[in-house]
Amino acid sequence: MSSHTTETDYPKFQRCEVDFTQRTEYLDGLEAMKAAHKVLKEWTFKPSLPQQGYTNRTLYLNVGTLEVKEKAVTQQMKDMFIGGRGFGMWYLWNAITPKTKWNDPENEIIITPGPISGITQYPGSGKSLVVALSPETEIPIDSNVGGYFGPLLKFSGYDSLEIQGKAEQDLIVFIDGQKGLLRIEEAPAEPLDSHVLAEILTRMYAENDADRVNISVVSSGAAAEHSLIGMLNFSWFDKRRGCIRLKQAGRGGIGTIFRNKKIKALVIRGPEVKGDMNHPVDQETIAKTGIKLHQELRSNDPVQCLMRRNGTAHIIEIMDAYDLLPTHNFQYGSHPEVHKIASYVWDQRCTQRTTDGCWYGCSMACAKGADGVVLQTGPYKGHRVTVDGPEYENAAGLGSNCGVFDPEFLLELNFYCDTYGICTITYGTLCAFVMECYQRGILNKERTGGLEMTWGNALDDLAMMHQMAQGEGFGKIAGLGVKRMKALFIANGWGDAALINDIGMENKGLEYSQYMSKESLAQQGGYALTNKGPQHDEAWLIFMDMVNKQLPTFEDKAEALYYFPLWRTWFGLYGWCKLPWNDVAPSDNAKTAEPTKIPEHVQNYLDIVSAMTGKKITSEDMLRQSARVYNFQRIFNIRMGKGLRLHDHAPYRSQGPVTKEEYESRIERYEKELRDQVGVDPTTMSLEEKMAATRKYRIDRYEKLVDAVYTRRGWTLDGVPTQARIQELGLDIFPELVEIVKAHGG
Amino acid sequence: MNTILVNGDPLEWKDGMTVRDVLTLKRFTFPMLVITVNDNIIDRKRYDTALIPNDASVKVVHLMSGG
Ligand code: SF4
Repeated sequence: MSSHTTETDYPKFQRCEVDFTQRTEYLDGLEAMKAAHKVLKEWTFKPSLPQQGYTNRTLYLNVGTLEVKEKAVTQQMKDMFIGGRGFGMWYLWNAITPKTKWNDPENEIIITPGPISGITQYPGSGKSLVVALSPETEIPIDSNVGGYFGPLLKFSGYDSLEIQGKAEQDLIVFIDGQKGLLRIEEAPAEPLDSHVLAEILTRMYAENDADRVNISVVSSGAAAEHSLIGMLNFSWFDKRRGCIRLKQAGRGGIGTIFRNKKIKALVIRGPEVKGDMNHPVDQETIAKTGIKLHQELRSNDPVQCLMRRNGTAHIIEIMDAYDLLPTHNFQYGSHPEVHKIASYVWDQRCTQRTTDGCWYGCSMACAKGADGVVLQTGPYKGHRVTVDGPEYENAAGLGSNCGVFDPEFLLELNFYCDTYGICTITYGTLCAFVMECYQRGILNKERTGGLEMTWGNALDDLAMMHQMAQGEGFGKIAGLGVKRMKALFIANGWGDAALINDIGMENKGLEYSQYMSKESLAQQGGYALTNKGPQHDEAWLIFMDMVNKQLPTFEDKAEALYYFPLWRTWFGLYGWCKLPWNDVAPSDNAKTAEPTKIPEHVQNYLDIVSAMTGKKITSEDMLRQSARVYNFQRIFNIRMGKGLRLHDHAPYRSQGPVTKEEYESRIERYEKELRDQVGVDPTTMSLEEKMAATRKYRIDRYEKLVDAVYTRRGWTLDGVPTQARIQELGLDIFPELVEIVKAHGG
Repeated sequence: MNTILVNGDPLEWKDGMTVRDVLTLKRFTFPMLVITVNDNIIDRKRYDTALIPNDASVKVVHLMSGG
């Protein structure tokens, strides 16, 4: 474990006293930009509010042909797919064929809040899911995002927005849910970068100052256009700061598709938000359940996670203390300089006197912001900006994983990722890979075009990001992501292929998110046995497995890798945020049978869904609802030529020590494992022999885990859902699914 | 034998050892814990005072958070 330092070892930042209403303004020329718009299409609709969580219609828009239409939400869609990620997968399935590529016009971006999305009484109830065929993985991706767009879409009259086609000129799509008007406008003049664009468009489309809170903008940025790792920003207007704030649909390159379709922005103007707009069957139960959680947050958050002060950044120093903080491309789990980017730094650097919820009524309010950041590099050098975050993933990915421990540079990296429209998690992991390649001579200054990609060199790290935004230099290569960089470096003969494959932290083409899975077999599965690729939002099992030792057998791990991915899928079907589930716990949670599941909160969710729809549901129903979509998505992957065991392979860096230094850094652990688990005497072995024996043991163990997980999930040993499993889930009503599983031995 | 088990791993026991001492020795800094000593739940308010008997089985269950 690390020589972990604490707050008292570190000279305190001055408490953030910056004026959080002051920042660089970008409104010059707004009128001229507006005048340059050319309306290509106007379409009217009848605004409506949801009933029992559904509006029962969705909006289809083709930005190439300018076709706009409504589609009815069928009872079958609701029964089989619920909403959110389920609706997204269903629409994408119908839109594309097994031959579709990410940049074909038929690829879609589907934005879809779920049936509870837009509740204002219960914290964390404003999420949307974004689904598309990913440029990075070439399979469906789903990304969960806050901000106001999804709920305002629903309150304008639509359960989902489905965007297909490709435009020739930059477009803005404006949906006015107050007037029942949709306009597609050519928009040549506005800049692409989100912190400017969302600010301008919020003012351009709001009818007066008070109306700004009813506007939400979806945008990307310059780097999304030149890379495969583009993301989408979803805005909301922060009244107290007087500026827009941003939340990200980060993973899998959806922003890249957005720009490939030449969409500059989607703008919604929704109706004024009130507390009962979903028209639930039982508003009182929702209100009562919400009050209970608000009270719990008020009393327990100060002695638990401090989410209201620090957001997810609260776990930075904790991950370090448990040797789980990815450091230097996931080589190590801790670093002596972590105190410089620990939560108590952000506690003081972020403004604390504001309400930081990314949807109304979220008293967890974890969307922190650092104000008064004066940028040191790039096109906005010298500008004074507000940075959303840093969240844990940003601090770990852009920070420790790349050896950057300067908080001001970390904020700048975070800022540019956001405004350029690239995923912070993905960028962090790919930059860490570049830096390790540089360390090991796979890259050098000549190959990077002059960038010195040494650990912690934040200036060259930023220079690479600026190149990505310009679509030039080595930054453009880095923007291809780890999978394609690996192939390129190997093809160029720049280093040992085995080493490059071992240290490139991607699975299915998606970069790993920011936790060290090396010493937790269950988490190795939690990452690589996912549908979309290694994002931690399916199963975060490191504590249960590695620290609590609650999952000693393969079957125990398989059970966790059955339950948690289904549980987490469920959040994405309905539009919940995961954080209020387990970043605070009731005072008597310890006395429950399964405290790690936070049973009272699970019951809250079930109660709210029952109160919303009028249909009582149980935890078994919940698992079944999720399992349908989860298995559907797996079969979707198979339909796209992936989704088999071969694609669940994990890079060895995620499983064990690749290098001698890594082995030696945890020598006691590895030698104990050799003695106790492998049954050999390490004292008689050379370092190379010990590393080879460790590697063999760990890879065998992973394969055994895969067998156990597939069996528990009702899949063949090649990872194909069996016909029996799809019948049991009622998915056999779709003949194409049956054909696909049959053809693959399921 | 002056040993206790913490999540199944042995740890040297000392007279007067409290729950807080175990957390410090194991560097368990995470705030959301469910702790039992010989299957008895220890409330967070008693971490500084609850004594651990020799030979005890201590379970320190970390809730998930993160992720
Ligand atoms: S907990 Fe944080 S991310 Fe989740 S809804 Fe609330 S403010 Fe948004």
